[in-house]
Amino acid sequence: MDTAFMPKEGLDDLIRQLADSGYRVFGPTVRAGAVVFDRVDSAAQLPVGLASVQEPGRYRLEESGNRRFFDFVNGHESLKRFTFASQEKLWSFSADGTFQSGLSESPRTAVIGARACDIAGMKVQDRTFLKGKHSPHTDPYYADRRRNLFVVAVNCTVCVSTCFCASQNAGPMAEDGFDISLTELEDGFVVETGSAAGEAIAAKLDLIPPKGARERAEESIKACAQAQVRYIDNDGIYELLFNNLEHPRWDDVAERCLSCANCVMVCPTCFCHREVEVPSMDGTGSDHVRQWDACFTLEHGSTHGRHLRPEVRQRYRQWLTHKVGAWWEQFETSGCVGCGRCITWCPTGIDLTEEIAAIRDQPGEKAS
Amino acid sequence: MEKPKISVHKFSSCDGCQVQILSLEEELLQLADRVDIAFFAEATSRMNPGPYDVSFVEGSVSTPHEIERIQHVRDISKVVVSIGACGQSGGLQALRNWGDLTYYLNDFYTEPEHIDALPQSTAFHDHIDVDWEVPGCPPDQGQLKYVINSLLSGAKPNLPSEAVCLQCKRDGNVCVLVSQEQPCMGPITRTGCGALCPHQERDCYGCFGPQGGGNIDALGRRFNGAGLTPTDVVSRLRLIYSWAEPFREASRRWEQGAQGAPLPPQPHKHGGMRS
Repeated sequence: MDTAFMPKEGLDDLIRQLADSGYRVFGPTVRAGAVVFDRVDSAAQLPVGLASVQEPGRYRLEESGNRRFFDFVNGHESLKRFTFASQEKLWSFSADGTFQSGLSESPRTAVIGARACDIAGMKVQDRTFLKGKHSPHTDPYYADRRRNLFVVAVNCTVCVSTCFCASQNAGPMAEDGFDISLTELEDGFVVETGSAAGEAIAAKLDLIPPKGARERAEESIKACAQAQVRYIDNDGIYELLFNNLEHPRWDDVAERCLSCANCVMVCPTCFCHREVEVPSMDGTGSDHVRQWDACFTLEHGSTHGRHLRPEVRQRYRQWLTHKVGAWWEQFETSGCVGCGRCITWCPTGIDLTEEIAAIRDQPGEKAS
Repeated sequence: MEKPKISVHKFSSCDGCQVQILSLEEELLQLADRVDIAFFAEATSRMNPGPYDVSFVEGSVSTPHEIERIQHVRDISKVVVSIGACGQSGGLQALRNWGDLTYYLNDFYTEPEHIDALPQSTAFHDHIDVDWEVPGCPPDQGQLKYVINSLLSGAKPNLPSEAVCLQCKRDGNVCVLVSQEQPCMGPITRTGCGALCPHQERDCYGCFGPQGGGNIDALGRRFNGAGLTPTDVVSRLRLIYSWAEPFREASRRWEQGAQGAPLPPQPHKHGGMRS
């Protein structure tokens, strides 16, 4: 399909067409003063007229002064929760020897409002969970949800202070990885398709030729990229960090780090998990359950009764050196897509772009 | 095969931990099929003296007699599982540890000579070796079931010591500290409750005690940033788990004043920003 234009009212039609095609439709909605993904059946449930103000450790929704749907930019949730379940039963086992897989065909799910950085994050996680150059195995639970996911991307024309996707080549425009993409303008949306499933849905919508809308959209996206203030200098970053494992900055950040793992939990690419055995009350079997885990917990770094990373300094260093450094060696990409969630949702406002820059500013310093 | 003998013993407490077991209801009946509930005063008048395979103990050690009782329970039990905040830390009643017992006795009781209390309310592990501790005020039924069933299966129960925040994020809760400046104790509080309060858009008040590796001073500084005074920070730490060492020591530090500049820092320019 060629690029097309959809008037504002078309958003309701898009939601309806997705639902009629058998998808559970999720979109951005407001809860507890922030935007989260929830089930939607009409565009009226979206955060129209709201913008998010984000700073390190701070998130607020405010009136945007216009009637646009997607100026909120993002909330703490990325696409991760739709593909890598936060907790799920992998299998169950009975004392009589029967083994039952927990795998079942996941419901077809459409998510409206994925940003370029979210899609980039999903593609990074694909390298962990899908068989390919970087993984010898496919995780069937992830693969199943991934296959049944319909992504409606929204290109960003607005960014917040914590955004730095442009520096990570992860946005603000989604190049691929979506079924349909939207760019919001005052009077409607520029629409593009990225898959056969997207084509099928788009064919049911009342779309019109874009005229100059496409150019206007591209201008807005470009302006959004240029408005971003934060960045990571990725040049030689692996060497920079691993040559500075005793840098005093790690002690400095450890004084501010709560070791609460919020950064990990909101990161679209963090994939660590643990598996626990939950025995049944009647003693006849157990469920094998997988949960999101994080390198900030003591248990995650424990083996044979010993903590490998007992200090907060070691745990923050583990996270950051992996995220933006060792990820390159392991997956040939940065583990950071510049969504800025770890900055906003860190309760004490630790900003990884600042931490990296501080080490780059005075490399080679050793802790006394 | 003979069923394992289980017992439940109450010390200084509100009995809420025992109620958590009792209100398992149908599941308690399933359990009763697998074990011999030999002693559980809240549930049955049948009181077999022991020895026991597994003894659950709840409440704090608050009187000289309770020291003798907990030592006796230890002597006649293969495995001792402490359940609840009181047993793990001295509990809410450990707030008296911060004051003077003689003052409380003389000012609040007409006949204080009938009271035989220790100066401090303390945890079981201060008096005996405890095999497993289930945190919480009250403990979570899911965790209780997990521990009971793991022990009966011969597996070591492994209760995570991580922060409440992990469960909040798994459940999709919005952080009330970041979005609303509520003084949420979640980042330094141990998980296990299922993030009950944040689910209701309320700040955590720390009823599962300190998490394993948290940075309490950093959260105190964050509370400063949200407008709380150092005295407020002390109050946040001194509630149900006030006598657990990390909260106890941190609250002593905060009595002396703030432990660093407020967090998060004011928005500022830095090397990771374009000029």
